[in-house]
Amino acid sequence: MIAFLSDVPGFSGPQTPLEPAGPQALQIEHTLLLIFWITAVVTVIVFAVLTIGVLRRRVGGAGLPPPLPVDPKTERRTTWIVGGAIGVTVVLLFVMMISSFIASHRTAALAASSTMTINVYGHEWWWEIEYPNEAEPYRIVRTANEIHVPAGTVIDIHGTSRDVIHSFWAPNIHGKKDLLPGYWNDLTLEVDKPGTWRGQCAEFCGLQHAHMAFQIVAQSRDDFDKWFSSQLNPAPDPQTPQTIHGREVFLTHPCVMCHTIRGTTASSTVGPDLTHIASRTTIAAGTLVNNTGNLTGWIANAQSIKPGCRMPPNPMPASDLNDLVAYLETLR
Amino acid sequence: MSDQRAQLVLETEPAESAEIRAERLARVWTEPSGFLGWFRAVHHTTIGKRYIVTAFIFFLAAGLLAGAMRLQLAFPEAHIMGPDLYNQIFTMHGSVMMFLFAVPMMFEGLSVYLVPLMVGTRNIAFPRLNAYSYYLYVFGGVTLFAFFFVNSGPDRGWFAYVPLSGPDYAPGKRADIWAQLITFTEVSALAVAVEIVVTAFKLRAPGMSLNRIPIFVWGQVVTAFMVIFAMPGVVIASTMLLLDRTASTQFYNPAVGGDVLLYQHLFWWFGHPEVYIIFLPGTAIVSTIVATFSRRHVFGYLALVLSLIATGFIAFGLWVHHMFATGIPQMSESFFTAASMMIAIPAGTQIFCWIATVATGKIVLKSPMLWVLGFFFVFIIGGMTGIFVASVPVDLQVHDTYFVVAHFHYVLIGGAVFPLFGALAYWFPKITGRMLSETLGVWSFWLFAIGFNITFFPMHILGLRGMPRRVYTYPAGAGWTVLNQIESCGYILLFLGVLLFLLNVWHSLQRGAVAPANPWGAGGLEWATSSPPVPYNFLDLPTVNGREALWDAAPDQPVVVGLHEDTREILTTRLLDAEPEGRDEFPAPSIWPFVAAVVTTILFIGSIFRPVAVSIGAIPLAIALIGWFWPTRRESARRRERDVWQKET
Amino acid sequence: MAERDLAQRRLLDVSPLPSVTFATRSITWWGTLGMMVIEGSVFALALAAYFYLHSRADTWPPGVLPPELFWGTLNTAIFLLSVIPTEWYRRRARRGDTTSVQIGMILSILFGLTIIFVRYKEMLHLNTDWTQTAYGSIVWLIMGLHITHLITDWVDSVVLTALFFSPHVEGKRFVDAEENASYWYFVVITWIPIYLVIYWAPRWLRS
Repeated sequence: MIAFLSDVPGFSGPQTPLEPAGPQALQIEHTLLLIFWITAVVTVIVFAVLTIGVLRRRVGGAGLPPPLPVDPKTERRTTWIVGGAIGVTVVLLFVMMISSFIASHRTAALAASSTMTINVYGHEWWWEIEYPNEAEPYRIVRTANEIHVPAGTVIDIHGTSRDVIHSFWAPNIHGKKDLLPGYWNDLTLEVDKPGTWRGQCAEFCGLQHAHMAFQIVAQSRDDFDKWFSSQLNPAPDPQTPQTIHGREVFLTHPCVMCHTIRGTTASSTVGPDLTHIASRTTIAAGTLVNNTGNLTGWIANAQSIKPGCRMPPNPMPASDLNDLVAYLETLR
Repeated sequence: MSDQRAQLVLETEPAESAEIRAERLARVWTEPSGFLGWFRAVHHTTIGKRYIVTAFIFFLAAGLLAGAMRLQLAFPEAHIMGPDLYNQIFTMHGSVMMFLFAVPMMFEGLSVYLVPLMVGTRNIAFPRLNAYSYYLYVFGGVTLFAFFFVNSGPDRGWFAYVPLSGPDYAPGKRADIWAQLITFTEVSALAVAVEIVVTAFKLRAPGMSLNRIPIFVWGQVVTAFMVIFAMPGVVIASTMLLLDRTASTQFYNPAVGGDVLLYQHLFWWFGHPEVYIIFLPGTAIVSTIVATFSRRHVFGYLALVLSLIATGFIAFGLWVHHMFATGIPQMSESFFTAASMMIAIPAGTQIFCWIATVATGKIVLKSPMLWVLGFFFVFIIGGMTGIFVASVPVDLQVHDTYFVVAHFHYVLIGGAVFPLFGALAYWFPKITGRMLSETLGVWSFWLFAIGFNITFFPMHILGLRGMPRRVYTYPAGAGWTVLNQIESCGYILLFLGVLLFLLNVWHSLQRGAVAPANPWGAGGLEWATSSPPVPYNFLDLPTVNGREALWDAAPDQPVVVGLHEDTREILTTRLLDAEPEGRDEFPAPSIWPFVAAVVTTILFIGSIFRPVAVSIGAIPLAIALIGWFWPTRRESARRRERDVWQKET
Repeated sequence: MAERDLAQRRLLDVSPLPSVTFATRSITWWGTLGMMVIEGSVFALALAAYFYLHSRADTWPPGVLPPELFWGTLNTAIFLLSVIPTEWYRRRARRGDTTSVQIGMILSILFGLTIIFVRYKEMLHLNTDWTQTAYGSIVWLIMGLHITHLITDWVDSVVLTALFFSPHVEGKRFVDAEENASYWYFVVITWIPIYLVIYWAPRWLRS
């Protein structure tokens, strides 16, 4: 029955609560579908009663019948029926409320067993991701807009905002949680199997709220560990003349005012950490696929893609731009 | 005290002819004419009509803004407008609809026009304050649009959360004019709220005890109480925002002890009751129209009244359901889920009572009743999706998505706009003296109803497919394109439906059939006078014998005599049983409410540029208020001569 | 209206009713009550905001001393004393006693002036300003709201007193005098919780 109720055709994809990829989204979907079926049936019944009532009691013609006298017997019987309808309403509301409480309780219960914390900082209009490590600060991984997690592990997303209110929402995995300046909020996640899901900011945060997406990439434990170790490494030194020149371009242009590439002198934290930019599948907070053409266009004039974002246009000779992009593509 | 009571007498012949009395009353009560006279008007039917027309114009403007939004959203990654303009447009759409249309129409316009007629008195309590509240409202709205037309319209959403709307992230005057719009409209609404409560408490016709008050009046009185208790929340929230932006206060700055959620709590303390302030008048209209077009007293008067009151109370216990995603403690989550579901009980009770009325009456399916049937279908769906969002876990998925956009449009358009069109069709003959065309009415209903569902139903699906709200565009591959395009096409039908309604109004004003006093054979007191009402409302102030005054009147139902008819004297009655209690005199037309509103407007707008404008502007405002209240020698002398003092017990 | 046989028409003659009525029988009274409920709600929410901010703070008041007790306590005493002439002229107003109302209102105005002056001193000794912390902002907002009521009520009283020395004295003015007294009570009564919160809460709530 639950499986039948759970399979909702037409609602599949990487950004929907109706294709759950984790236990929380699944639990929520059960409550959602329960409420849907109860309210749909009640709605149809009420519509039917009203329609039949109108059709049966309708008087035709242009006349206005005189006001009807009140018949105590009819009123009494009607009172019982209305009272009964209210009673049924109360019972159904109670059922839906209990289901809601159960779902809340179960999704919250998972929090106690989280074994990994990931810090998320909301920015206008990108997501700063940090894998903290208090004991060994040199094993902190910082990236942007793409969160890798081991499948089957309970994760605590520990989030705040660096500016205005944002909201972290990956519907296939769980409901949303706001990122608020002055507060730390926690959201417990677990993804059942490897795969990629899309999340999007769900609190209006200004000009580019529409282009503030992120990805959750669930991997097997081995793949995750491999990814994590590679993220720990600083940027490799460029080997070819083109990429060496590309790094020069990076270090002598306004890029360094906002971006970090570990292994170089660039260490600003205003914008996303680019140390492993080429390992990410999207850029501009999920707005563009990460390929040569898009990356080139983004660096040249981010304002034409995300007007109002914090990255200025970077006019430069085409050869410099190509070299820069070539360098960045070595940063896996 | 025994010689200070009203006496029931039998009269054998009338002392004066009705014509002479009517002429004298008209001389006293007719609104001043001419250009300057327009600004001195104080009769509730005049001000009520102004509210209704002005609010409808704002509705049309906000509707056009919605059209622009639908155009931009019809194509993925469209460049019809950029994010800055889109953010202004969706903010203006929401703010204009909520602050300049919904409350001023559903609550202020309808209650100001109808409540004094329905309770059987000659004018609303505090008539000059009523005029002032209208001018303030229209000045606030015009100022908002002036700012919008110079690219300084608010752009932070209709609830303008901090810090996005605060001094750090919202440069310029956009958020300031938003906050002052609140000030204009909230002062206006609060003034009308006090007037409605006092009119309904103290100016009712003798015999209209509490259990004979028309349900429409009950609905507006409960709404007025909600306005009184809820609006202070947004007063404080927006004042704190303005002060943070202009005077360097730190209410919302977490770095020095401020808190961004303080804003949300204060705003939603107001914001949730606000939607019931919009919805309850809708239920008041439905109760009235259902009774008239089912040809019977509405079923379950006591249950309906108690439901109104219960809704009014419970509405104040729901506000945190707008904040479920902010990280509130689980105990709070449970409480606010329970309360949010509980409010479905009084709403359901009302619906069942109305259905019972329909099922035991004789239905006349004229266009007001069609709109009410539309209300049932649309509002009930909206109420059902309300249960989805009342549940915390489900809400955490659908909050801030198009699902919730669908929900609130179903409850607001279903719960307020459908009843409003029904109300306009129902009372148009009374207000204008002409009948609307029934054919055009039916056409505009179906276009609107079908267009509404095509535009808004797919939004439920879009939300469940992951589309967040307040986005100026969306990616092509998301699977959202087709639904958005269907919605944008639906808008065209909505537009046509409203256009037909306007054509109907325009044509009927010119050439509609002349309306009799009571074209629908209804039972309320507003139908006991001419269409449109004479300037003094009733030649003889009525008394009542039942809940539907005209249906329940005795064959020899008494009328009130003994008031001075050469002044604006009215009758006050007791709160509980409407026994006559005293006589009072209403103020004559005056220019001072208009002057005071102009001064207040300059003070409000000036203060967002220079906070000191408040102190400076207080002086001319004080002068205007003194002019308003200062009596004339003639009226003081006349009252001194005629005064009958209450005997102390 | 229903058909009437002219020979049997019933009438409700209201001419014996009084035209000068006080308290719940006066429309102005109800209007003033409505204003008090509105303004009272504003105060209540402002005080709630004070406690909300306190719940989010580590120390209270943060980094400053609480407001000095002297001027606020002095003003509280003066407020309470001011009730005496106010209640006196309110009762005389119900009897239409012009002279007593004139004297009472002048006394009331003098009390008001004193209170305004002492309030000025209070503001100078709050030990915080509104720009430094959210605590300072909420303290000044609450005091500012009360000052607004204090001053508008005082101006109102001055105008009404002027009317009592003018040819415009008649029944309605005495009803206004009662309203004026009631509104002054509102200013006094709202001061009590505000005084306790501004001056004593930081001393009792030191966390």
